[in-house]
Amino acid sequence: MNETISFFSGFNVNDFWFMGEAALRTLWISALSISIGAVLGGLFGWLLHEGKLTATLTLAPVLDIFRSVPLIIQLVLFYNFAPIVGLDLDPFGSGVVILTIYTAALVANVARGGIEAVGKPMRRAARSLGMSYWQDMRYVVLPIGGRAVFPAWVGVALGVMKDSALVSVLGYVELLKASQILITRTQEPFLILSIAGAFYFALSFPVSRYAAKLEQRWAQ
Amino acid sequence: MFDYNFHWRPVLKSLPDLLEAGLLTLQVATLSMVVGIVIGLVLALVRMHMRGPLYWLATSWVELARNTPALFQLFFFGFGLGAFGLHLSPFAIVLCGLSFNCAGYLAENFRGGFQAVPDTQLRAARSLGMSSWQAYTRIIIPQVFRIVYHPLTNQLVWAVLMSSLGMLVGFRELSGETQFFASRTFRIFEYFAVTAVIYYVIVKFILAASRLLAMRLFRY
Repeated sequence: MNETISFFSGFNVNDFWFMGEAALRTLWISALSISIGAVLGGLFGWLLHEGKLTATLTLAPVLDIFRSVPLIIQLVLFYNFAPIVGLDLDPFGSGVVILTIYTAALVANVARGGIEAVGKPMRRAARSLGMSYWQDMRYVVLPIGGRAVFPAWVGVALGVMKDSALVSVLGYVELLKASQILITRTQEPFLILSIAGAFYFALSFPVSRYAAKLEQRWAQ
Repeated sequence: MFDYNFHWRPVLKSLPDLLEAGLLTLQVATLSMVVGIVIGLVLALVRMHMRGPLYWLATSWVELARNTPALFQLFFFGFGLGAFGLHLSPFAIVLCGLSFNCAGYLAENFRGGFQAVPDTQLRAARSLGMSSWQAYTRIIIPQVFRIVYHPLTNQLVWAVLMSSLGMLVGFRELSGETQFFASRTFRIFEYFAVTAVIYYVIVKFILAASRLLAMRLFRY
């Protein structure tokens, strides 16, 4: 009886499913925060464009803070700040809140760039054709400006998808956290990290390729 | 609802240590930028002028760096290489990870920069009797530098922000140091709030310095 008890067990098919589920959670948290953040960011971008002085004095510095402080610090700060003011948020909730604001701060600049990419003469022409302000926004600024900044927006979205890996710091089991858990159990860091990398790559690469294609087509 | 007492004294006491760690952050970010610029330049040139295995190597480097999270890349240099018995120090992990990431992003910036300089510039330089090396270093690179100057600054800011991930691989730069103190005193919010301010100042300092430098460099 000199069998040794192994604390580690090898990587098996179930673990692969475990990582697949974790990848779905990564996708879920990033999809949620990107979509809310993009809407908010569009609104902020519009405010920055329209409310020139007031917005530059109030909104811009606030958004600037979220761009100048590392996301990981923001996450830890918010996660520890929420209970102080009586909010009861789980890691997922905190992650979504911060990722959303972070996305909004990045998208605000993109959106403002998009609005400013549409020349003044074009907008005056739209207005003088009898379009209302909102019609001008919807039928002139959105299609033209949107095209101009679409690649930048995709870049932001993919960036947030990758940065959602940082929510693992709070204990949310997304792809990277899942691979850490598996590494601790199986002691096969290279294999598992490669799989995690492949998942991320599979999520990000097709989208970035597609955006690049679109950009090329629109540039013609 | 608001029954939390803020204690700033321990933070103030360790402020000198935090500032020193901030210098370390700046150091590792700058160093990885330098390495990243050199490798990124090589990658960009290889991708533009070569075919075959070298091209594929450079392309996969760029795509991997751009399509996986920076944290994943750090883990790879940290734990992934450990599978081959290669154990890097935390400093080396962060330096390698950041350089890998920066090189990938900068390669694309450089490629865009090179493509923005018309071919005729090179041909004109060559027909004036300059060697290929002279034409590149005296005609092409200065023009490319002007184009990529702004993206370079942004990348440096990103490098500073990304270096905060060192906290998760045990590197005692600004975030790691903060984590260390915070877990000793349980004043997590206070410590990370101060760290956020320090990061903000560092980023603003870099942006201001680069703007001043740009005024000096691009006078003509």
